[in-house]
Amino acid sequence: MRTSVQEMIAQSKGKKNKKFLEKMIPVILFLIASVSVLTTIGIVVTLVVETITFFTRVSVFDFIFGTTWLPFSNKEQLFGILPLIAGTLKVTLIAVIVAVPIGISSAIYLSEYASDSVRRVIKPVLEVLAGVPTIVYGFFALTFVTPVLQSFFPEIKIFNAISPGIVVGIMIIPMIASLSEDAMSSVPKQIREGALAMGSTKFEVAWKITVPAALSGIIASVVLAVSRAIGETMIVSLAGGSTPKFDGDFTGSIQTMTAYIVQVSKGDAGYGTTIYYSIYAVGFTLFVFTMLMNVLAGYLSKRFREEY
Amino acid sequence: MRYIEHEKVVKRMNGRLITNMLFKGIFMAATALAILVLVILGYRLITQGAGHISMDFLTNFSSRFPEKAGIKAALIGSLWLMAVVAPTSIILGVGSAIYLEEYAKKNKITAFIRINIANLAGVPSIVFGLLGLTIFVRALALGNSILAAGFTMSLLILPVIIVASQEAIRSVPNELRAASLGMGATKWQTIVKIILPAAIPGILTGSILALSRAVGETAPLIVIGIPVIIQFLPTGVLDTFTALPMQIYDWSSRPQQEFQVVAAAGIIILMIFLLLMNSVAVIIRNKFHKRY
Repeated sequence: MRTSVQEMIAQSKGKKNKKFLEKMIPVILFLIASVSVLTTIGIVVTLVVETITFFTRVSVFDFIFGTTWLPFSNKEQLFGILPLIAGTLKVTLIAVIVAVPIGISSAIYLSEYASDSVRRVIKPVLEVLAGVPTIVYGFFALTFVTPVLQSFFPEIKIFNAISPGIVVGIMIIPMIASLSEDAMSSVPKQIREGALAMGSTKFEVAWKITVPAALSGIIASVVLAVSRAIGETMIVSLAGGSTPKFDGDFTGSIQTMTAYIVQVSKGDAGYGTTIYYSIYAVGFTLFVFTMLMNVLAGYLSKRFREEY
Repeated sequence: MRYIEHEKVVKRMNGRLITNMLFKGIFMAATALAILVLVILGYRLITQGAGHISMDFLTNFSSRFPEKAGIKAALIGSLWLMAVVAPTSIILGVGSAIYLEEYAKKNKITAFIRINIANLAGVPSIVFGLLGLTIFVRALALGNSILAAGFTMSLLILPVIIVASQEAIRSVPNELRAASLGMGATKWQTIVKIILPAAIPGILTGSILALSRAVGETAPLIVIGIPVIIQFLPTGVLDTFTALPMQIYDWSSRPQQEFQVVAAAGIIILMIFLLLMNSVAVIIRNKFHKRY
């Protein structure tokens, strides 16, 4: 017996299961997609709840404006976060000094000077640099960069802000280079060719046309990289030391927000102690810092995209 | 009368050309510097650590004595971690991507999910550690198990997998969708039989790169309390374990100089692990590279 197409369609329409499946799939997939939203909610709720518990024991004012961070003291525990922020900013500052000129120079070279074949070789190499685990960079900072620095400047201690700063800088170079290059290569070719036709050199095109046109994208890449530097953990906890200090000294041991969380997590800070809750308060501060940076970067690159 | 003073023009032009060459050199040098760092890094690791790599190093557990310290527990532990992270993160990532690309309506909820994924990608990994510690280790009472660590890592790399999968799905041309739907296939049939097969190379490439990030991450493992010294192998996902980066971190932070050699050897193994994963990704990308 042969069934006509019409009959087959009629049969298929009768299959309730299939219809049910077709209706259920989007619901299931929506639930899966909401996992990422739940993760964010989870992060915020976790940090806020535990931080509030922390603030029932330590005053908010002392936390934000205190200049001494002495959680392990036997006498009086002090939780003023400024020393940890100072340590974080020291490393970030050095990282920016290293990464911004090198990153943007590479971006200009790749987008304005390099031929296609050169670009095809260099970009993957930079990607490798971005894929090196931070623990490896930390080891490199501790066992190579610090000794090299010490041989030039003997006053630098084993744990200091400069060495991890330089290595964090190296870590974020690929990020600045590739995001800035994206921004520059999306500057329309016509503008560039117009300038070249008027007799500009490639450098003049890069410096007076491409870079200004891509500026908000370039700044966004730097801001994102700064956010990454602030949140970087392993390099600073291996090579930065664990001495939270509120001063301007770059040559001695420091402690960053992330390194403090690692220090507490490594030891046994008993559940429920003030030290235990302090890692959430520090984590929350870190989260706020990086979120602000990410939102700013998002805003900047969006502004850039609207121009063309 | 001459309108152009030739000499002056030549002189100025030469100056501009010199500036151009100078800055070209500077830009090239900066790029070369970044690559040089990679070379120094590789050279240092190999000269420091290669001598320590032996069968014993691969088959011994860690030890207080540097010459006996091996990487067995960490190597097997990292494989166990992958066994949890890979399915969890790929199912969640690809599922989210299919929803966003194929089903999501253009409304505020969808926009919110997209913005949320972008922001999640910028959250420091150590904060994910705090999330894992609170939710998986304590609230769900998984302890410092492979499962707790695996879920934490999965959430950490989720944004990367979602974005990569979205791109792969988006690059499947609309004609294929239209043809499949026009033949009477349902939406889900179109997705499973047409879109996913076409998007799989892109999805796999992105997922492997994300997984290799999870292999190298240390901070979340420290925060959720993954131990270092382990003298047994895990037998299930609820056992505790140690992983390559944890082991390297422990060796690097010991005061004895001899452990630096052991750490370098561990790093070489980790980097080989990562290079293998990356080359698989490259092979997939090249083999299935299709342009529609």
